[in-house]
Amino acid sequence: MRLIVDGKPTEIDADPDMPLLWTLRDLAGKTGPKFGCGVAMCGACTVHVDGMPVRSCVLPVGNVDGEIVTIEGLAQGGKLHPVQQAWLEEQVAQCGYCQAGQIMSAAALLDQVADPTDDDIDAAMSGNLCRCGTYPKIRAAIRKAAALKTARI
Amino acid sequence: MASLGKITRRALLFGAAAVAGGAAFGYWYVATPYSNPLEGDLAEGEATFNPYVKIATDNTITVIAPRAEMGQGISTTLAAMVAEELDVPLEGLKVEHGPASWAYYNAAMIEEGGPFAFYDESVTAEIMRSVMGGVSKIFGLQGTGGSASTRDGFIKMRQAGAAARLMLVAAAATRLQVPAAELETAGAAILHKASGRSLTYGEVAIDAAKLSPPSDPPLKPKSDWTLLGKPQKRVDMLAKVTGAPIFGMDMVLPDMLFGTVKLSPRFWAKPLKADLSKAEKMPGMIKIVPLATNYGHGFGIIAKNTWAAFKAADAIEAEWDVPEYPLDTAAIAKVLTDALSSPDGSAMRDDGDVDVAFADAPAEKLVEAEYWVPYLAHAAMEPMNATARLKDGVLDLWAGNQAPTITRRLCATALQLDEVKVNIHTPSLGGGFGRRVEADFSLCAALMAKETDGRPIKVVWTREQDLRQDAYRPAAAGKFQARLGDDGLPVALDMKVSSPSVIASTLRRLFPSIPPLGPDKTIVDGAYNQPYTIANYRVTGIAAPVTIPVGSWRSVGNSFNGFFHECFMDEIAAAGKTDPVELRKKLMAVYPAAVTVVEKVAAMAKWGEALPAGKAKGIAFTLSFGSWVGEVVQVAQTPSGIRIEKVWIAADVGTALDPGIIEAQLISGAIYGLSAAVGQEITFANGAVEQSNFHDFDAMRIHQCPEFEVAIIENFHKMGGVGEIGTPPAAPALANAIFALTGKRIRSLPLGKEVAFV
Repeated sequence: MRLIVDGKPTEIDADPDMPLLWTLRDLAGKTGPKFGCGVAMCGACTVHVDGMPVRSCVLPVGNVDGEIVTIEGLAQGGKLHPVQQAWLEEQVAQCGYCQAGQIMSAAALLDQVADPTDDDIDAAMSGNLCRCGTYPKIRAAIRKAAALKTARI
Repeated sequence: MASLGKITRRALLFGAAAVAGGAAFGYWYVATPYSNPLEGDLAEGEATFNPYVKIATDNTITVIAPRAEMGQGISTTLAAMVAEELDVPLEGLKVEHGPASWAYYNAAMIEEGGPFAFYDESVTAEIMRSVMGGVSKIFGLQGTGGSASTRDGFIKMRQAGAAARLMLVAAAATRLQVPAAELETAGAAILHKASGRSLTYGEVAIDAAKLSPPSDPPLKPKSDWTLLGKPQKRVDMLAKVTGAPIFGMDMVLPDMLFGTVKLSPRFWAKPLKADLSKAEKMPGMIKIVPLATNYGHGFGIIAKNTWAAFKAADAIEAEWDVPEYPLDTAAIAKVLTDALSSPDGSAMRDDGDVDVAFADAPAEKLVEAEYWVPYLAHAAMEPMNATARLKDGVLDLWAGNQAPTITRRLCATALQLDEVKVNIHTPSLGGGFGRRVEADFSLCAALMAKETDGRPIKVVWTREQDLRQDAYRPAAAGKFQARLGDDGLPVALDMKVSSPSVIASTLRRLFPSIPPLGPDKTIVDGAYNQPYTIANYRVTGIAAPVTIPVGSWRSVGNSFNGFFHECFMDEIAAAGKTDPVELRKKLMAVYPAAVTVVEKVAAMAKWGEALPAGKAKGIAFTLSFGSWVGEVVQVAQTPSGIRIEKVWIAADVGTALDPGIIEAQLISGAIYGLSAAVGQEITFANGAVEQSNFHDFDAMRIHQCPEFEVAIIENFHKMGGVGEIGTPPAAPALANAIFALTGKRIRSLPLGKEVAFV
């Protein structure tokens, strides 16, 4: 089957039941999205399909109908996405393992809501678990990213 | 506190390890330096100055930070120590973990392994610290744990940078034919101001590395630091925000196979019957192999992709032998509570005469309570995994791990290879918290690599295996009593704690040849060594005979003794009608560092000021890993449950090498402790763990996360650790706040079984 991953058409020979996550990681060489739980409870595997955040660990690849963007394709034209830039400036990551998913969820949130409230952030981010406890910095970085994004436009 | 005579009689577990180690390796190891492991593996144009510094002719400077980077920022802080003395900016450095080597032993990790409180600076205690540091060296224990990496590296990493700098300057002096004293260094270059000539470090590196290193290079005074003491940008932040392949999980090698494991749900039990036929026929399958390690038994599933391996693992049908421990949580709890009345305990603290003090105590002056905490899993975000390749008699293993030299030895033994034929590569860890001290995930991958004809194999555990095959934080039971004086302050305190021994359990897996003799101080760590003065004060630890694997879980014994000690202190305060902050200040009066921390955190939280109805605060204090930490938690009653609103933390770490990273670690540790206190427990039925994934073993989420305010204090004259110290006071401060809010004293965890949280 043919997938478009981070802007590139990719030919994949996968069982349609295989979750998108394992198709990306084991077959398409995209290790940015992470395996954390396999049951859509932790959000580490979050990618965008046609701009919407999805948990790729439970989405059968056969059901994917749209362009896939992973953390590896978020930066455009050699410039970090505003969310990545804010993450860097706020020094958010500790172990970093969940952060690909956190960043993808935050980027999708800012596409929907330019200036999110605390409640918006809670609603969009509560599915992304972090065991290092970087939540206070995630919240600060989302606010900074919102400002960076507005400034870029 | 204990005398040396008592210690000898007690033969502490690690004391026994020292004797065994000394006999095996020869005591001269302690006094002889290890050779530089970088020497045999230099690239063209690269020179090495010591085990921590490489400089290439193109001026690439590589620092080896030989501790696991698991989010605690250690690669950044260790590199900053070298950069500070080498006079180079942190951004210009390459930072690598480096190979497994005895040269990278961590002396500080077990320096505090003796039965002495951190504040005990008697000659006896100091001798013990030096002996324990030597034990680490004898074993070549390259490990990341005990919140010890900065303390261990503080002298040696700075000396590594300073020595390399002096050698570079000496080589430049020869090249320029000027006195070394006329040369200055900055930005990885050496400048002769008088003549305006300069050389880069790279230009003289090869010559410089041939010089004899200075034996005791002078170090900058703290007042001259430009990097240390200030928040640094983490060296791995860009990789972590761009999804770079830095974790063990991300290993990709040519021709690589994929795999997973299905291990006995009953620890140590063998399979009695197994039907593999259905699993073996599944698409993408290659083969299933039996596994037997120091961790027990199971199957390794080898496949063409991870998903195929997961599905096949599910299809394995097996019956397992009966376990060697009680089948369910109730029966396990009974072993622990029965142990509380055993006479076998070891009193690690025994001040005054507790039995006499309680003999004539009137009932109205007694405070008595029983406490319980459950087993806990680590649940690091990156499930256990390792990649292994066995080719031409050499094993290469890539695994995020906290103990490379132990991993190397165990893999070599399992594959009957010489240790020099085993290369351990340590990528970044997606969380460790003590779980990755273990070698089970490495051993499984190594054994499976025997079955793939030289092809590499990446073995990834499911979250279910990760939660059900852990070395858990042990359950613990406590029975405490206090006698109050007429002023409401305690005149006697007797604490008994029973718990399975972490040290005995760890030795069984990691050092199976060392017999577990003597008491395990981790059973009372965080209770026996707190800076309180009570005339009659006894803390007894009893090892409960339950052999479910238990290990190091962020702050180890402090994780439950912090809860026991500080909640019971709160009970004493309430019974004696003393304010909990005042009680601590009075009992800690001879330890000014402790009083300062308590006063600071109380002031930050405006302790004592009236709160609106439906809100309350609780306080707790734990001295652990050499740092003095007070936390205040504020809770609010909402219509749907209790909300944790705010947490104030004051920590005296002695010397704060990176305040930004330290603040992040304090908050991280507190959230880790609060997650467990609110909702986590591992329970057993039919000999197996009942929980399986984040739906029944969850952790704090962003919408539940309180606000934090942190103060870092540099007051005590010895430097403390950072990675674990935020955890111990979190649970008791929360439980004490809930008591203040509701009047309900909850003596067992998780608190969520008694009250609802939002």
